Amino acid sequence: MIQIRNLSKAFGDNRVFSGIDLDIAEGEIVALIGPSGTGKSTFLRCINFLEQADSGNIRIDEVSVIVHNARRADILALRRKTGFVFQNYALFAHMTALQNIAEGLITVRGWKKLAAHDRARQILEDIGLGDKGDHYPAALSGGQQQRVGIGRAMALDARLLLFDEPTSSLDPEWVGEVLALMQKLALRHQTMLVVTHEMQFARNIADRVIFMAEGRFVEQGKPAEIFSSARDVRLRKFLNQVKTY
Amino acid sequence: MGFDLQYMLSLMPILFRYLGITLGMACWGLVFSLILAVVLALVRVYRLPLLDQLSQLYISFFRGTPLLVQLFLLYYGLPQIIPLFVGLDAFTAAVIGLSLHFAAYKAESIRAAIIGIDRSQREAGLSIGMTEMQAMCRIILPQATRVALPSLMNYFIDMIKSTSLAFTLGVAEIMAKAQMEASSSFKFFEAFLAVALIYWGMVLLFTQLQNWAEARLNRAYNQ
Repeated sequence: MIQIRNLSKAFGDNRVFSGIDLDIAEGEIVALIGPSGTGKSTFLRCINFLEQADSGNIRIDEVSVIVHNARRADILALRRKTGFVFQNYALFAHMTALQNIAEGLITVRGWKKLAAHDRARQILEDIGLGDKGDHYPAALSGGQQQRVGIGRAMALDARLLLFDEPTSSLDPEWVGEVLALMQKLALRHQTMLVVTHEMQFARNIADRVIFMAEGRFVEQGKPAEIFSSARDVRLRKFLNQVKTY
Repeated sequence: MGFDLQYMLSLMPILFRYLGITLGMACWGLVFSLILAVVLALVRVYRLPLLDQLSQLYISFFRGTPLLVQLFLLYYGLPQIIPLFVGLDAFTAAVIGLSLHFAAYKAESIRAAIIGIDRSQREAGLSIGMTEMQAMCRIILPQATRVALPSLMNYFIDMIKSTSLAFTLGVAEIMAKAQMEASSSFKFFEAFLAVALIYWGMVLLFTQLQNWAEARLNRAYNQ
């Protein structure tokens, strides 16, 4: 259902990644791991055009986009098929938790405010923040903010949820609740592509783990294979490093 | 000699009758300068080719020359060059001049406020499928308004006081009336003190309004 072909991106002379192919099946949970600065986040951001790739092809369901001559309507269509969870949450600071979640339904989907708020309240219950709807982001903990960030992405029933290091800015005490919510989504077979440094997540929740280094997918497979019988030297080195850390 | 309090108090109701003209100029000026300022700021934020350079030139000119000179250029100068301006009445000319002048200042503080809003919120808006325009109107501008409000309010206060320059174009506002009364009674101190007090009172009133608006817009941030 998600098909990425030959995706390449450079910033000036600096090639971030090139020739990347990726297929994700309906309901599949893919973890993208690798050292910092290898283009994982940029790759993720290229999928919903927060960054524009230089060449390649992205298809989600019936929406197929050739990135170098994507029209505005294509980009919008693609974005409406995907949800994005940011490392720094990026909640709308002037809106309550409830409004953050309802905003997409109202502005993008054209729902009536009442209906959107009802739906947002359901989602708040779902993410365990039923009593925090009237709180502004500034009054929420990091973990709560990130859960609202996930709720905002969930509200639009995206086919594919993209997570950009969703727990990296969190104090250790809040990581667990965010991972628990992601696991909850995984159990519902929400299709997800997760850039993460949480090896526990990659090992226990993902269906597939991809190791990215120097702008390429170096190795991929089921978590068990990746974590116990890695072939690539860089991957083994990387796994050793994250283990000690 | 000596201070004639009675006379000053008796002037107040006379001056108040012209307050509408002063406030009218200030309010129309506020509306038009804000609209123009937002347009100028957006042109600069998005770096629209050519328009960006033009708005930089515009801002540079209107910040770089005195308001009084601009008003004279507009009211006494332009009609000689462009026939369209011949029938321009003084009130309208003052509103246009004030709007053009203060838009230049406001554009810069609005631009700074927009740039100051965390970029990732714009991206978050786009990521849920908003258009660039929706993200600007729903996410960025409401927050930029809060940031820009104190300086916008300063410019508005400045503009209220600057409406007094309109009397040099012949607009019968409170300053003009005070001047007229003073020259017939020769009680300059009382007349100008009266008008000063009225300006001060207006500014206090709007400052109060500003405090209220700031408290409202800050709700999301102080918990």
